[in-house]
Amino acid sequence: MTPALVMQVALGGLLMGLIYALVAAGLSLIFGLMDVVNFAHGELLMLAMYATFFIHRGFGLDPIVQLPIIALLLFGMGVVIYHGLIARALSVRFNRGMVQIFSTFGLAIFLRGAAQFAFGGDFRAINHSWLAGRTLRLATLSLPLPQLAAGLVCLLAFAALMAISRTEFGRALEATREDREAVALIGIDRDRIFALGWGLGCATVGCAGAMLAGFYYVSPDVGANFALIAYVTVALGGFGSLLGALVAGLIIGEVEALTALFLEPSLKQVGMFAIYLAVLLFRPRGLFGTL
Amino acid sequence: MPPSEAGTAIARRRRLELSAGLVLLAALALLGLPIHDVYTQNLLIIALLYAGLAQGWNILGGYCGQVSLGHALYFGIGAYVSTLLFVRLGVPPGLGMFAAGGVAGAAALLVGWPAFRLSGHYYAIATLVVGEIGYLLFLNWDLLGGASGITIPFKAESLIDLQFRTSKLPFFYLTLAYAALAWTLAWLLEGSRLGFVWRAVRDDMVAARSLGVEILPSKLAAAAISGGLTGMGGAIYAQYVGYIDPDSVMTIEISILIALPAVIGGVGTLWGPLLGAAVQVPISELTRSYLGGSGSGVDLMIYGGLIMLVALARPEGLFGLIAGKRRIDAGFS
Repeated sequence: MTPALVMQVALGGLLMGLIYALVAAGLSLIFGLMDVVNFAHGELLMLAMYATFFIHRGFGLDPIVQLPIIALLLFGMGVVIYHGLIARALSVRFNRGMVQIFSTFGLAIFLRGAAQFAFGGDFRAINHSWLAGRTLRLATLSLPLPQLAAGLVCLLAFAALMAISRTEFGRALEATREDREAVALIGIDRDRIFALGWGLGCATVGCAGAMLAGFYYVSPDVGANFALIAYVTVALGGFGSLLGALVAGLIIGEVEALTALFLEPSLKQVGMFAIYLAVLLFRPRGLFGTL
Repeated sequence: MPPSEAGTAIARRRRLELSAGLVLLAALALLGLPIHDVYTQNLLIIALLYAGLAQGWNILGGYCGQVSLGHALYFGIGAYVSTLLFVRLGVPPGLGMFAAGGVAGAAALLVGWPAFRLSGHYYAIATLVVGEIGYLLFLNWDLLGGASGITIPFKAESLIDLQFRTSKLPFFYLTLAYAALAWTLAWLLEGSRLGFVWRAVRDDMVAARSLGVEILPSKLAAAAISGGLTGMGGAIYAQYVGYIDPDSVMTIEISILIALPAVIGGVGTLWGPLLGAAVQVPISELTRSYLGGSGSGVDLMIYGGLIMLVALARPEGLFGLIAGKRRIDAGFS
């Protein structure tokens, strides 16, 4: 095992970790805002990937160009899901925690079935795009351009999320998170903030999906695996923490890549789950969790 | 109402519930005899199995309020323990299922000890992850059959080996006995000191602690009983289908299927898991066999849609339709 190989694998893990981090950021944002874990998060990623695939096939638009379209699409979807499902789940008097877990689980099963119905169970992939098949050579390292671009977009998306948190809207989000009753007194419409929060969280996962579709296959079940990693990432970084999601995503990506290299590829997920459990034993609320 | 009078009212209600349970048991036992259609028998067997499993989940998730999304781990451990004991050591599954319950209960203690320090969503996700680790370990553990699983050889028609080939009827009575055991255990626990402690822990942990309730031991007791019952169900399932692999006994989907009847029927109630299984299993089996044959996904859409509908329209579960909302709100639920 040469140092160059280790470097190569570590870089690959870093780039994948950025995708994990962005998927987790959307989940974390929604959780932090209203204490709701969206168990259909992976299915939203899957839908974003399908949308990217079909727009590419139908109109020949490159995944990178599609980024704003998919983000907008998913934003709208998030708002619809909030008003159609989540607002109702939040308004029940009895058993609220369980209602929101199982209503989003129901949504996940429904969306997976819908994808199966509409697109069939085949694995699909975008084979011809601007970046597909190209690599960037740096000394002994070779970086596939689709992954590299995805990593960069993820970093930019994080920068955008940080920037949003400094705007008036971001402060309203933060205030609603801190005390959802009190914000009503200063004229913030809680329902509107929640809906926009869902839109933003889903747009985030939309960006990840659009970039992921550039180099990863799509199938109705693709979301499940990414979602599980996203839950681990959010729990590791701390629910509601943007920085936590970024750091945890990178850790998860690295642990996964290096376990596969040094131990055994089939055990790559056991390594990252074990790290997660170890951290939870010492920091039950994750690395950056304050909630 | 003075306390003594309330006590008598509760005792009267519990006696009524026990009688209702016995009547239902007798009715179900008779119902099995005239049914010879294999499809219907299979439906009943699966429904009774899930009634027992959900009753077990309900002890931890309902009464004690710890929402576990990883019960497939105990189900799978139970299935593997009894199967390995039978295939490798020749221990009859009729005994092995109790060993399965014991090992699964011990596993639940082992998971619970660190996981109960977590609260709310952190706990739910930790159980999801632990379940997935179990799945991956079993998938890669070649000594235990790995991904190719274990086929249980048919030796002879035998009660102690839980092997019946000529008729499904014995399995009907086996799963009926299992569901009845789980129900009776829940009934006993509901009226016991432990049952009150669990509800106190669920409703207000701080208040419970200030009254001197030992939080962790009471949660661990719930986990052990819940995991043990689930493990026994896994052992029965393994004998029923005759083949196990990690994909059929340890996936997240199974964890959800175990929890769902309790949620649909009424979480933290005695009758909820039973009612939920009676609704959930036929719906999922019928949509699958009539709509899902071609892998079209329509079955999943209907199934997911119904889960959303019930969760939103009846947050207290379908049991609330029968019992009336007031009685559930009045506590002792």
